[in-house]
Amino acid sequence: MKKYLERLYNGIVKENPTLILLLGMCPTLAVSTRAMNGIGMGLSTTAVLICSNLVISLLRKTIPDEVRLPAYIVIVASLVTVTELLIEAYLPALYKELGIYIPLIVVNCIILGRAEAYANKHTPVLSVMDGLGMGIGFTLALTVAGAIREILGNGTVFGAQLLPKGVDPIGIFVQPPGAFLVIAFIIAVMNALGIKTRQRNLVEDGCDGRCASCTAVCDKVKGGDAK
Amino acid sequence: MKSLILIIVSSALINNVVLNQFLGICSFLGVSKQMKASASLGGAVIFVITIASAVASLLYNFVLAPLGMDFMKTIVFILVIAALVQIVEMFLKKKSPGVYKALGIYLPLITTNCAVLGVALTNVQNGYNFIESVLSGFGTAVGFTLAIVLLASIRTRINEEDIPAPLRGAPIVLISAALMSIAFMGFGGLSF
Repeated sequence: MKKYLERLYNGIVKENPTLILLLGMCPTLAVSTRAMNGIGMGLSTTAVLICSNLVISLLRKTIPDEVRLPAYIVIVASLVTVTELLIEAYLPALYKELGIYIPLIVVNCIILGRAEAYANKHTPVLSVMDGLGMGIGFTLALTVAGAIREILGNGTVFGAQLLPKGVDPIGIFVQPPGAFLVIAFIIAVMNALGIKTRQRNLVEDGCDGRCASCTAVCDKVKGGDAK
Repeated sequence: MKSLILIIVSSALINNVVLNQFLGICSFLGVSKQMKASASLGGAVIFVITIASAVASLLYNFVLAPLGMDFMKTIVFILVIAALVQIVEMFLKKKSPGVYKALGIYLPLITTNCAVLGVALTNVQNGYNFIESVLSGFGTAVGFTLAIVLLASIRTRINEEDIPAPLRGAPIVLISAALMSIAFMGFGGLSF
């Protein structure tokens, strides 16, 4: 039991995919305009992540090593398509709000990264717990970033008025530049508090060792620079 | 004609793929450390996105849509893009080693660049025909190149400055990106 809970703790706190590993920056920046969008995107990604971890873990002895990445991409893309169709049918408002970022869950580094770093080496139950932990960690981070932007840029949180009516919200925070600013200051605050993030990998290599599809490329890029 | 120019300007400047749509952030933040690498990646991105939008548009309009299988588009597009990058890489390696040497190592990086898939899906969403798709892909890629080269030049300046410790690394790069994004918002006023 302990090792299952450890997976949850790992995903939510110790290796939080967004705040510590700085993975999945595209959706984090793009859909954090409102807290509610953050939750919607976070939960959709969590659903895909749990299912992809489960399927990949079950197939880990079947999929030949050489073609594992294309195989993972097909699995993830199918799951994302199913999720997209479900959201379109049952949550049309969210579907309209998130738009193109739902199909783009396919290229979210967190999903392929967990497949490569965890699910293809561990049992299905552990992999599902890992997906759940990582998914909750991602959802929380997105919701926090979304809430900050919503309060500053719109004066509300989850649609409820927070700032008094007389105070003008700073509109730029719900615009694209606000995304960069809020994430920048979240990382800066974590730096100031001495919480170690893997930001070096983000701004120096452009790819994180944990991101499956990037690893081979990073070696190539580094090798190329050295020449 | 006017609408075609509008598509290029809008995808390159007004709806800049990185600064407004947040696609391709990973390579935008990572590769912009070096000016030369940024320019090469930009070249490779222009090449791949333009071809990928053309192929994706043909596939969607002539295969997926007539068969009523447009729900398969995400799976088909991602596989086509991955295969395409491989083919382009092999072709360049054989036919023009010079170009391959300059762009080669960045080609695989582009498969995972969400901008490529993003453009293909946006084109479908906007109902663009073949020519419009190619132009929108080209414009988007030019926008990406513009943004990454600009950020790379800003970063060479930043490296020489004394930055408060907590802001060093990712935060200052993101703040630079935010300021660029504010500047690009000004293009929103462009109209013909």
